[in-house]
Amino acid sequence: MTQSLLEVSDLSVRFHSRGTIVDAVKNVSWRLDRGETLAILGESGSGKSVSAAAVMGLIDIPPGEIVSGRIIFGGENILNLPLAAREEINGKRIAMIFQDTLAALNPVYTVGHQITESMTAHGVERGEAKRRAVGLINRVGIAEPERRFNDYPHQFSGGQRQRIMIAAAIAMEPDVLIADEPTSALDVTVQAGILKLLKKLQAENGMGILMITHDIGVASEVADKVAVMSQGEVVEQGDIRSVLDAPRHPYTQRLLEAVPGRRGYLQTGATAGDLLLEVKGLSKFYDLTSGLLKTATGRKIRALDDVSLSLSKGEVLGIVGESGSGKSTLVNALLGLIEPTAGEVLFRGQSMLLEDQTAMRALRRRIQVVFQDPTASLNPRMSVARIISEPWAIHDSVLPRGQWPGRVAELLEQVGLSPDHAARYPHQFSGGQRQRIAIARALALQPEVIICDEAVSALDVSIQAQIIELLKDLKRQHGLSYLFIAHDLPVVRDFADRTIVMQSGQVVESGRTQDVFERPQHPYTQNLLASRPKEERHRGRALETLK
Amino acid sequence: MTDVAHAGMGDARAALSRTADVFLMLWRDKFAFVSAAFLLFVIYVAIFGPSILPDGALTMNLRARNAPPFDLERGWVYILGADNLGRSLLARLAVGARYTLLIAGSAVLIALVIGTFFGLIAGYRGGRIGTIILQLADIVMSFPSLLLALIVLFVLSPQVSNVVLVLAFSRVPVYLRTCRAEVLEIRERQFVVAAKALGASHARMVFLHILPNALPTLMTLATLEFAAVMLSESSLSFLGLGVQAPAVTWGLMVSDGRGYLATAWWLSFWPGVAISLTAISANLLANWLRTVLDPGQRWRLEKRGES
Repeated sequence: MTQSLLEVSDLSVRFHSRGTIVDAVKNVSWRLDRGETLAILGESGSGKSVSAAAVMGLIDIPPGEIVSGRIIFGGENILNLPLAAREEINGKRIAMIFQDTLAALNPVYTVGHQITESMTAHGVERGEAKRRAVGLINRVGIAEPERRFNDYPHQFSGGQRQRIMIAAAIAMEPDVLIADEPTSALDVTVQAGILKLLKKLQAENGMGILMITHDIGVASEVADKVAVMSQGEVVEQGDIRSVLDAPRHPYTQRLLEAVPGRRGYLQTGATAGDLLLEVKGLSKFYDLTSGLLKTATGRKIRALDDVSLSLSKGEVLGIVGESGSGKSTLVNALLGLIEPTAGEVLFRGQSMLLEDQTAMRALRRRIQVVFQDPTASLNPRMSVARIISEPWAIHDSVLPRGQWPGRVAELLEQVGLSPDHAARYPHQFSGGQRQRIAIARALALQPEVIICDEAVSALDVSIQAQIIELLKDLKRQHGLSYLFIAHDLPVVRDFADRTIVMQSGQVVESGRTQDVFERPQHPYTQNLLASRPKEERHRGRALETLK
Repeated sequence: MTDVAHAGMGDARAALSRTADVFLMLWRDKFAFVSAAFLLFVIYVAIFGPSILPDGALTMNLRARNAPPFDLERGWVYILGADNLGRSLLARLAVGARYTLLIAGSAVLIALVIGTFFGLIAGYRGGRIGTIILQLADIVMSFPSLLLALIVLFVLSPQVSNVVLVLAFSRVPVYLRTCRAEVLEIRERQFVVAAKALGASHARMVFLHILPNALPTLMTLATLEFAAVMLSESSLSFLGLGVQAPAVTWGLMVSDGRGYLATAWWLSFWPGVAISLTAISANLLANWLRTVLDPGQRWRLEKRGES
């Protein structure tokens, strides 16, 4: 057997915490060859990042404990290497990039300094390092490298920062690049660019890439081999195509089953009921001001620009857009959190932008919201019972206090939790369960419309599928309508009846979901759809031909 | 009828078991338990101290001038030694406990309440009102507090109540600024936005969502301030503007003994120990309280006993 570039065999790591032992990974083995990309695919808590952390020597001992295993790199076992020898490897022969680029780059140094530092730390002379850094910035696709050399991290966009991170990582021409969810925080068009860049760099210098991801689309786009992890174990590994096309392990099968965008479009049409929500020409401009006296510069930021949409009873309207497209401004305007510059919001023909506070409150009750991050949207100091009954405390005419506990129990059951959970606090639940609590809160006032503001974007694929199922059930039971806002195209694809696409505050395309996905008219929509990892496109087409 | 009575009894039992729970959680944090016991003792002494002391414990006794500690010849009252006028240090500590706790406690409490109140307004309302409040706080902060105290206490009479007011006033900005910073951060969290989207009133958002999340920081700050206020009180007393004899505070005892540090260290040492122990106890207890009040941390105190 020939020697691999990097080989992990039989690695077991456990963590000691709260008096208990958690097995993070159990007997994990994988190997990576030169010029090859291995994807470690898994949901949160599967232990997918642990073996990479062990490779980099980043596991804190204690509380961590490496029970068994070897990591062979360049012919020697680098597990438990002394610190001095570690420095020779980290950043020089094995480099790493992270998900959160704003946290990984130091805000008080210029990016040039930070790229240069990764070279001078390994003995490259300063002038030489600077010359090479400029070349690297150019190589990762950032224009005007000399000028940008002296810029600070906040002056770059998220995608550009990830490019800077990559530049710093490849500065010493490493043999292995470990990428930990490198594109999870990025928009889909930006993600496509980064993945392409990684492929290009790999072709140029033949490094091995270890890609840690939860996203099957990303894995299929870049990886040659894949290792699927679940609960600390590698349940299946092999060639990417054979694993994705013919998964053998039940977990892999379930995971692929849960991937959205594979079930075909909703068959809708005549069912649309009465018109509930109507938005006409909604605009929100922010005046740019300058100086101490806040004098208007005359320039405006058009966060929302003449947006119109409508939502009927029992309908799901998907709103797709990348960051900065005005999705959040739209939600805030609909919830009455900001005052629009112009336009109208009508609910069953009544204007929602009135001055009369009491009438307003009664009207607002009909529209509820579920936010993206269930951890942030629940007050950590309130019990579940208090969180769910808060709407009744605010709208005190809805339900007499004596009936609160019974109704909380009912709602908890409706969203698939147990009534016993009422006395617990948010931190005692998983992310998916927290989102169920948030949905129960939204249901408390028996609304007609629920705005889902990226409500499933922060969840794992399988949890995402469960929450979507729940939303569908609730829709059937209560005749709800959803305004489903997402940056993720596949989710919208099989949940929304109609879809609108937003860009820079404007609606660039709208229509039946199938039409938008199959026959996009606007160049932006076409670009957005083309940026999806090819796995999704492939699957989508396969489905169409099946039908 | 029986149902109601039953429910009432259930409530009483629930309340009882809650008290037992709190006690158990206190027992599991041994440091906090000892601190609580010590603070209770100090409060007991502050209330009943002077009356349980034997007669004449507070009178001058020139033959016992600067009597060293741990000398039982003159009786147990002189176990900690005597000051430069021959008064028992133990007795004076007991008398001082009352004024010290009264002044430091109420000054901290007043400053905490006022500072938090205006901090909430400044952080939540923001805008012009927020800026004005903040700038007033900066003015108070930059004005030398001793000078301010001198002027105020010279104009008004140096009574205990005025000392408390001056001490409280000069510490308000500390709470105000901290509270405002906390509010600014918490205000942007999504559960506050969620409450707003539900149509929650301002009072509800401030007192139910923001304040409970800002309180732990403020409580910790208050216990740290407790010691600082005791010492600033002593500097006022040193200048003759604090409490007036025969009343005494620990801080005053420390500064009284300053001149004798080389010859009779115990004059300053014992009141210093009293201040430190009280401050440390308050701090440890506040730490415990913060853990108990945080649902995400409470398990540390609940589970340890079982495992």
